[in-house]
Amino acid sequence: MSESLRTPLGKVRGLGSAKHGAGHFIAQRVSAIALLFLVPWFLFSLIAAVRGGYDGATDFIGNPVNAVLILLAVGAALYHMRIGMQVVVEDYIGKNGTRAVLLILNTFVAVVLFASAAFAVLKIAS
Amino acid sequence: MTGWTDKRPMSPHIWQWRWHITMLGSILHRVTGVGNYIGAFVVVGWLFAAASGPDLYNQFAGIAGSMPGQVVLFGFTVSVCYHLLNGIRHLVWDAGHGFTPKLASFTGALVILASILAAVAIWVLAGLVPGFDPLGLAGGAQ
Repeated sequence: MSESLRTPLGKVRGLGSAKHGAGHFIAQRVSAIALLFLVPWFLFSLIAAVRGGYDGATDFIGNPVNAVLILLAVGAALYHMRIGMQVVVEDYIGKNGTRAVLLILNTFVAVVLFASAAFAVLKIAS
Repeated sequence: MTGWTDKRPMSPHIWQWRWHITMLGSILHRVTGVGNYIGAFVVVGWLFAAASGPDLYNQFAGIAGSMPGQVVLFGFTVSVCYHLLNGIRHLVWDAGHGFTPKLASFTGALVILASILAAVAIWVLAGLVPGFDPLGLAGGAQ
């Protein structure tokens, strides 16, 4: 046994860095910076909007500027949480099959939620 | 541990470490991250209910306004506040600052305290706490 820290499988594959190692790291922080501004605005506006019941909510969502900002906030949040949940799954789920299923499910959740939010906002705003 | 042949060094198991505040902060960041993931379903559900018309919207508002609904939403508020404030702490770390143990422990405790205070302040000031409406915002509808 050599002193190398690479696994036997790693040696056989002989693959090094694909130069994409920092991609998720950077994406997670860029989306975090966007959310730093979008989340407080959304929280503040949402609390104000729900006061007016159904009419208040649809008036708020239907405003063009709000509609764009809501989709940006929801989009950035779903993107951010998809990467975050991927890390959680990769950390705790050792079984390859289960892990693959959960990672695919995680992507589906983000895409389905975004499609639902986009449909809802555009329907109200149109 | 009979099947373990990997000779690479391993990090000690989590319970081998002495309990400290930065560890709690890190665990809470992950817990609140998962909490916010669940909360995203509620937010998108709200948008969807609004798009579906007044009937479904009022049903949604009824559940959100119920006692269990309010407890969950307050927890979600704390979760968002914590993840956001601790996220700022992480971004400062990424810039290379705030790593001395004393300062990291201090900011860790500060963020935990501030997130709870922020969530309480948001609910009180917005008039969401029954019987409390310091700014007179609550008006008629819930």
